[in-house]
Amino acid sequence: MSANATVDLDPARPARQELESAVVRFAGDSGDGMQLTGGQFTQSSAMAGNDLATFPDFPAEIRAPIGTTFGVSAFQINFGSRVIKTSGDSVDLLIAMNPAALMVEIPNLRAGGMVIVDSGAFTERNLHKAGYRTNPLEDGSLDKYRTIPIDISKLTLDAVKEFGLSKKEALRCRNLWTLGLVYWMYARDRQTTIDWLSQKFASRPDLAGANAAALNAGHAFGETVEMSDVSAGFTVRPADIAPGLYRAVTGGEALAWGLVVGADLAGLTVMFGSYPITPASAVLHTLSNLKHYGVITFQAEDEIAAACAAIGASYAGSLGVTSSSGPGIALKGEAIGLAVSTELPLVVINSQRAGPSTGMPTKTEQSDLHQAVFGRNADSPVAVVSARSPSDCFEVAIEAVRLATKYMTPVILLTDGYIANAAEPWLIPDVDTLPPMPVKFRTDAEGFQPFLRDPATLARPWAVPGTPGLEHRIGGLEKDYDSGHISYDPVNHERMTQARMDKIAGIADDIPRQAVEEGGERGRLAVVGWGSTYGPINRAVNRLRGEGLDVSHIHIRHIWPLPRNLCDLLGGFEQVLVPELNTGQLLTLLRSECLVPAEGLNKISGQPFKIAEIETAIRARMEA
Amino acid sequence: MNVVRLSEKLVAKDFATDQEVRWCPGCGDYAILKVMQRTLAEIGAVRENTVFVSGIGCASRFPYYMATYGFHTIHGRAPAVATGIKLARPELDVWVVTGDGDGLSIGGNHLLHVLRRNVDLQVLLFNNEIYGLTKGQYSPTSRVGTRSPSTPTGSVEHPVSAAAFALGAGAHFVARSVDTMQKHLAEVLKRAHAHRGASFVEIFQNCIVYNDGVFSDFTEKDVADDAQIHVEHGRPLVFGEGKTRGLRLDPAKLILETVTIGADGVSEADVVVHDETNRTLATMLVALEMPVALGVLYCAPAPSYETSIRERIDEAKASHPGDDLNALLRRGHTWTVSG
Repeated sequence: MSANATVDLDPARPARQELESAVVRFAGDSGDGMQLTGGQFTQSSAMAGNDLATFPDFPAEIRAPIGTTFGVSAFQINFGSRVIKTSGDSVDLLIAMNPAALMVEIPNLRAGGMVIVDSGAFTERNLHKAGYRTNPLEDGSLDKYRTIPIDISKLTLDAVKEFGLSKKEALRCRNLWTLGLVYWMYARDRQTTIDWLSQKFASRPDLAGANAAALNAGHAFGETVEMSDVSAGFTVRPADIAPGLYRAVTGGEALAWGLVVGADLAGLTVMFGSYPITPASAVLHTLSNLKHYGVITFQAEDEIAAACAAIGASYAGSLGVTSSSGPGIALKGEAIGLAVSTELPLVVINSQRAGPSTGMPTKTEQSDLHQAVFGRNADSPVAVVSARSPSDCFEVAIEAVRLATKYMTPVILLTDGYIANAAEPWLIPDVDTLPPMPVKFRTDAEGFQPFLRDPATLARPWAVPGTPGLEHRIGGLEKDYDSGHISYDPVNHERMTQARMDKIAGIADDIPRQAVEEGGERGRLAVVGWGSTYGPINRAVNRLRGEGLDVSHIHIRHIWPLPRNLCDLLGGFEQVLVPELNTGQLLTLLRSECLVPAEGLNKISGQPFKIAEIETAIRARMEA
Repeated sequence: MNVVRLSEKLVAKDFATDQEVRWCPGCGDYAILKVMQRTLAEIGAVRENTVFVSGIGCASRFPYYMATYGFHTIHGRAPAVATGIKLARPELDVWVVTGDGDGLSIGGNHLLHVLRRNVDLQVLLFNNEIYGLTKGQYSPTSRVGTRSPSTPTGSVEHPVSAAAFALGAGAHFVARSVDTMQKHLAEVLKRAHAHRGASFVEIFQNCIVYNDGVFSDFTEKDVADDAQIHVEHGRPLVFGEGKTRGLRLDPAKLILETVTIGADGVSEADVVVHDETNRTLATMLVALEMPVALGVLYCAPAPSYETSIRERIDEAKASHPGDDLNALLRRGHTWTVSG
């Protein structure tokens, strides 16, 4: 069988049904390889020219007991011939590799949606572990869906028989069999996956062969077996997207690459101090593989040491970066204050997760905005920026580097667990076209004072140890405005506090004016978001504008300071709605800074917004 | 980057700043500062390449009085900041100044790891067995029964031994000295400086206000001979007036026992010869309560952390010739969308 067959040319079969977009969710046990399967499907959909967005949804447990509901791992992809901005509200096709996956995931399937189950895994024991009293494949409970039970376990064992694997190893190929079937359903090319398998299992040709055979068998099953509901399969045409070279990128990767590129544009090397924490570790892992770009990664003994080492590196003339999630950022708080006081560049990445305390480490939330803007002792202002999507992390990382080095300040970059793990296609930029932003270390001893400020930026000079004639002492004690010596003078402290505030506030003149993403600059309702709510807000506003509703979408990248024109812009709308995955943190900021009667739309479930939730909230206000 | 300057030889006062020193009159820190300034001049230290990093506490004011680069950081975290400095610029000569509270209480974790990693820097722990800056509370090195504002009826906690902690953390250089022993301290500092990797020096330092005389049982002139043993690599472990007393291994108890040479058939051959590369011996010396072992107790060099990290980076660069940032963004799976 040819692995290259992409289009079903059999004239005897009915034509494939054309879809504008589809949402597929692969779900199984943590050990079933659902993330890999989803990743491969993402790759092939990108190759097919679709726009797409993905959402991996895995359990906190590394290997939960097999067959249990808390061990279910899922991967969702939304792909289409139109612009795709979210991983999809509800699922069109659910793959459930066992009863537990069906139990957990079936609520995500839209009524009338399709579910493919491995009936071979629906044993009494597995049903019991999943909490089913009766077999859902037989008791009619799935009647509102199109259920396709296939004994994938048995078909996989048959397909890989010739490779002589143990039963356990053979059953591990179930995910590839399933992927083969789904490839057939959406007319996807198998070759990239076959190439990937031979690379991944280079040292085990039998596994490479068995997995490829399973993939092909699943594909052949689709071609030959008449499945009543999908007799011909579907096609999703390529999306109309800007021409160029693309890749799939996760937020973790884009952030890491943005830091390296930003540091390079500044003429610096990255010293990244971090302590492992979910969901921030992806950045540490990516950077640890970039030693050939001079990147130093330091896995510190704790969050505090990670931040302090980054500060030490910045002091010594590198770009100090530290990364964590909310609880870890809390531990770094005092160190960030030291960087505020000593006015050293520092990039602090917060991959937010649901809290408080340990909260739900693998679930997303936007609840650290107040921590970022206000979460230190005393008046200790920092700049705060936020990323809206996986690929946006690249630009935002560069912006964080720019602000940190130009203003000699910590910059907190807010991303979240959703962005960190989600992937989307990315038009790869040409680094050579990005504007350089070289830092200038102080070398001239003449007139040097460590805290003498640049009149325009209010930044102090960056004087690096090793520079003759600039020997000086800095620290967390208050400094004299002119000499930088320790000072307890009350007037001086007020002046220094104000200078630190003014320095950060002045950044507002050095960032883009707030633009409107979608809709007019005045109107009945502005929906104002930040971070990973970009996709669902934009899609909702877009759809409702299509219906003629006078609604605009404004999405804020610079959280602190806010763009200079933001308050005026908001003043041009009758109503302001702020959807957030928290209890209203940007909302509070906008109310206090702009004195606008903004309203919140808040979701604190650990899950991203659905487009429909935002649409409903907009409609309610437009109809009021 | 740095240019090596052929300058006139610096003297001790070239390492002093114009800042008024604000320790209590009679504080042991003055003596240490003086030795440090003199030692740096003697070893030919370059001011711009020298960095003093400290945490919080009386000892941590130290950088303000050194005319080098200095970073007065936050409580307990100086080893972490110093690690970042060394990772960014391995060529800098970094000294960490800490105290018993800063280094062994709030910063115990960082001290453990900077020693374990063997970052090439010198850690000077000024041990006065008390919290000075916060006005006299007991510290993690305070002896059981220490009366202080927070332990009015005497402390009940057992103290940590700084040198034993350092050995346990895997330090490759562990030494001890006393604030008032100017010559001895200078030699110890020189050895610490010469050692590549993390050098740990515990300096017994008298707090004249809150813990005056806490070390006088072995530092006072009239008892010093019998209460201190100055260890030297390759030399017998002898002490006392006329060096007539020595340390002999008691093989039954696995401890060092004090013997008198010439008495009870003990000869000099029975006395243990100091081998600073012997970790077991160092552990026994640290455990001695009387006499107190001073000098370089342990020195067994190993590759330093930042050197190993730099080697990995150089290897990675060598194995990826010509990789630019565009290559980084384009590696792995890509596809072209045509217009």
